[in-house]
Amino acid sequence: MNKIISKENFSDKVVKFEIEAPLIAKSRKAGHFVMVRVGKKGERVPYTIASSDPIKGTITLVIQRVGKSSEKVCQLEPGDYITDLVGPLGKATHIENFGTVLCAGGGVGVAPMLPIIEAMKNAGNKVITVLAARNKDLIILEDQVRKFSDEVIVMTDDGSYGQKGLITAGVEQVIQREPVNLCVTIGPAIMMKFVSELTKKYNVPTVASLNTIMVDGTGMCGACRVTVGGVTKFVCVDGPEFDAHQVDFDEMLMRLRAYN
Amino acid sequence: MPTQEYLQAERAQLWREELRKTIKNKERTDRIRVKMPEVDAKIRSRTYDEVNMGLTPEQAQAEAQRCLDCVNPTCITGCPVEINIPKFIKNIERGEFLEAAKALKETSALPAVCGRVCPQERQCESQCFYTQKLGKEPVAIGHLERFAADFERESGNISIPEIAASNGIKIAVVGSGPAGLAFAGDMIKRGYDVTVFEALHELGGVLRYGIPEFRLPNDIVDIEIDVLKQMGVKFITNCIIGKTISQEDLKADGYQGIFIGSGAGLPNFMNIPGENLIGVMSCNEYLTRVNLMQAADPESDTPVQMGKKVAVIGGGNTAMDAVRTARRLGAEKAMIVYRRSEEEMPARVEEVKHAKEEGIEFLTLHNPIRYEGDERGRVQRMVLQRMKLGEPDSSGRRKPVAIEGDTISVDVDEVIVSVGVSPNPLIPSTFSGLEITSWGTVVVNADTMQTADKAIFAGGDIVRGGATVILAMGDGRKAAKAMHAAMSGF
Repeated sequence: MNKIISKENFSDKVVKFEIEAPLIAKSRKAGHFVMVRVGKKGERVPYTIASSDPIKGTITLVIQRVGKSSEKVCQLEPGDYITDLVGPLGKATHIENFGTVLCAGGGVGVAPMLPIIEAMKNAGNKVITVLAARNKDLIILEDQVRKFSDEVIVMTDDGSYGQKGLITAGVEQVIQREPVNLCVTIGPAIMMKFVSELTKKYNVPTVASLNTIMVDGTGMCGACRVTVGGVTKFVCVDGPEFDAHQVDFDEMLMRLRAYN
Repeated sequence: MPTQEYLQAERAQLWREELRKTIKNKERTDRIRVKMPEVDAKIRSRTYDEVNMGLTPEQAQAEAQRCLDCVNPTCITGCPVEINIPKFIKNIERGEFLEAAKALKETSALPAVCGRVCPQERQCESQCFYTQKLGKEPVAIGHLERFAADFERESGNISIPEIAASNGIKIAVVGSGPAGLAFAGDMIKRGYDVTVFEALHELGGVLRYGIPEFRLPNDIVDIEIDVLKQMGVKFITNCIIGKTISQEDLKADGYQGIFIGSGAGLPNFMNIPGENLIGVMSCNEYLTRVNLMQAADPESDTPVQMGKKVAVIGGGNTAMDAVRTARRLGAEKAMIVYRRSEEEMPARVEEVKHAKEEGIEFLTLHNPIRYEGDERGRVQRMVLQRMKLGEPDSSGRRKPVAIEGDTISVDVDEVIVSVGVSPNPLIPSTFSGLEITSWGTVVVNADTMQTADKAIFAGGDIVRGGATVILAMGDGRKAAKAMHAAMSGF
């Protein structure tokens, strides 16, 4: 079980894995995630499923090297096995024909956003995607995103590719230009906070996929809890997607620093 | 209850008759209960080693001699899995320790576990002739059970119970906690093809992630589960029924019966200000990090905060496990904060005693009303409301009432919330055809553990809310008996 079938380096920092997981491949939907553990002393870490192939029985994960555990996964090679892989977890994304959907993805957040872009397009939406990263090398999955988007806007902090500027600049130009029925944002917490503040100003309903600390991922510990609309929710079972305008991002950012 | 005929026939065996004659009853009842040796509190409060050291063979035989081998062994009625208690104890008395272990396994899938974590004072030992009629300390049934199971394991001669010929009927078990393991053990003995599905990467449920090493070493859980594997039970980890595999998938795969033992894994919080500060966490998170993920081991990748001033909110066994763990992880001050008085505490008397010996402070009749943090969002203080006891409530326990305006502030750097658990919502939210209460528990027929879906049985905490290991095991046994009866057309 859970053999690595293929590995592709998107950049020095970002690696795409195709992993054997027939049961998960069959039952997953856009928005679902898995918990991954590497080695007997390894910790459990959540990763959103970027895509799956139910016929081949594989799922795709896109992983950014950010610390010890992601580094451990990224060192694995085709033919190696993931020690533990469990899922699909969380609630699937709510997909329907909203009209125009704006997808705002930052950095490696584009990977988990891809299945949502695809599903939104297949549900008949007009999909406009804003891809953002620090520089050109960190823009990933652009071709796949273009395949399912009516329009793609690329933003880089340093202007090395697309437009120079932050993700919010890209989002704002779309909102000012035409009516947007829903915004979906996935990326670093600080980025989602600013996207959320912007869309709130324009009254554009917004969904954010939260990436909190998790331990079990099945609702038994509450490490991932966030305040949404004044009520404590568990991201792993009640989410990971929530109404961004109701999320207490400052508390979430604070809790992400618990072990730093 | 095992049939009277069976118990009488066992009791009438020649060796039992002769053994009874070797010591006069008067002499047996005059003896004092043997004390379980323990690691010194000063030493053990800094190590993860097991606190209770177990009886020596001589001590076990001496204690076994106290048992009168009653004509009517009332102790059995106090045991949720109905172990033939006099049979295993008399085998210890005559020195046939391996036979004693076999007698345990007739009805218990996990004797080394139960001997350690059962609240015997409220079960078998509360029904002992000594407690009931003599007003003396009961025979130490739990310690003797543990002795027999440990002796067998250490002897290297672990017996594998007999298995009926395979009937080819596939049965799925949801959850590898005590309910699921007891059910699986009984069904495999009856010849069923049993597969246990577990969501986590290790087996055992609360035995693994909840109860700490100093009360129940993981090795012991492993070995007891290994016996089930040798009996033919199949285990699949990292598989969440309702997520990875659906109820329909199980039916399509030919499973004719399902037992749900998914437990009560959802931690309750108090919803008071500051509960989401860094350093405030559920007992499940804390114990999972330490027990399942081995976070205190420097080689483990999972981190855990090692608080210096730790408060655990609650008075149950889980609260005692958490506070004693915090002490072992280096807390200078480890406190229990409980809103009632010590008398109402649901924790085992032994655990409270051990906690006190290890230097745990008890702030009874106190209830947190808010937590305050520093500029980085880390908890640094808790504000406690002083309480008094009021009138008894419907359950007979005296209700805690706030003493208005009387609050104190206590410095803390870690708070562990242990105010109960609720049923795991995964099964209620993904299974159809079950009747679910407003508490999220699954409704079953109390005699058979059968749910509204005739092919599905359930037991343990998913039916009861948070209860005990042995009650979960009792449910598993009951469900196995009833499912077998239903399937064989009785």
